[in-house]
Amino acid sequence: MNRNAIRAAFPLTVPVMAGYLVLGMGFGILLESKGFGFWWAGLMSLTIYAGSMQYVAVDLLSAGASLLSAALMTLILNARHLFYGLSMLEQYRPIRGGRKAYLIHGLTDETYSLVCSAKPPEGVSSAAFYFWISLLDQSYWLAGSVIGGLLGQVIPFDTTGIDFAMTALFVVIFTEQWLTRKNHLSALIGIGVSLLSLLAFGPDRFLIPAMAGIALLLTVFRRRLGEQEAQA
Amino acid sequence: MNTLHSLALVAVITAVTLLTRLLPFLLFGGKREPPQLILELGRALPCAVMGMLVVYCLRSVSLTAAPYGAPEAIAVAVCVGLHVWRRNTLLSIAGSTAVYMLLVQAVF
Repeated sequence: MNRNAIRAAFPLTVPVMAGYLVLGMGFGILLESKGFGFWWAGLMSLTIYAGSMQYVAVDLLSAGASLLSAALMTLILNARHLFYGLSMLEQYRPIRGGRKAYLIHGLTDETYSLVCSAKPPEGVSSAAFYFWISLLDQSYWLAGSVIGGLLGQVIPFDTTGIDFAMTALFVVIFTEQWLTRKNHLSALIGIGVSLLSLLAFGPDRFLIPAMAGIALLLTVFRRRLGEQEAQA
Repeated sequence: MNTLHSLALVAVITAVTLLTRLLPFLLFGGKREPPQLILELGRALPCAVMGMLVVYCLRSVSLTAAPYGAPEAIAVAVCVGLHVWRRNTLLSIAGSTAVYMLLVQAVF
């Protein structure tokens, strides 16, 4: 049964493989450049397993951030997972036990985009099909990050400035969202409130007021956000 | 560097990440409908959070001392330009990071 499930799942995961290997390597190299060897990259890719959060975690670890600020950062950055979960409730409802627990742990942006659209072929149980998509995806991410951590030790050139990969990742996601959505109000709220907060509170303290301001403004303007989205 | 604190950070980030993935299944695993406010915020939050993260990444750039944020401004422009042009995530990240490394190592 498993062979059929793997055969059905693997081709779907190939695009994710390319992305995860490269982004995972970037993460491993970045982490290594801050003095955390490859086993840290492996550990984090096994346990946290959330791409953009792991890039931010490099920052939190190297700065020795407080546990509370790390928890808040994780909450705001990963709040989008709540909505992946909500939309997978029905599809995952019949699945039980350890497999279900793993499916929930493995619900990254990329895996979500695969499992929410792909249907298992005839003769393959949906539990096995979704399980193998999720497991293959995580194995690519894990492999990429460990390879990156190992490469980081032997890279012969000056890596000053490689931190920009994290900025670039978020600029790309932001640009992609901007291009695919007609309503830019929430993107502008995110940038605007954060800049104001940065000016008011300075680089070390701006984040929490920014999060609070964003949550407040999105709640106040939620009607307009919803209406424009519906028209778009 | 404090290994114990780093491990604690990884544990906290893991726990909160798992919580955000598990909560919908715990709260709405039955037949209850999620509240409208949650659904509306869910659609809008990702864009706002990405904007916040871009500002977060650039928070320590000084505009009042040389090089006045020029390497960052150029690299962000390259990143956006590449992405609008080719829509290829890996190309945009690799290209703009290479430009940034070149700028901070060899130019400024």
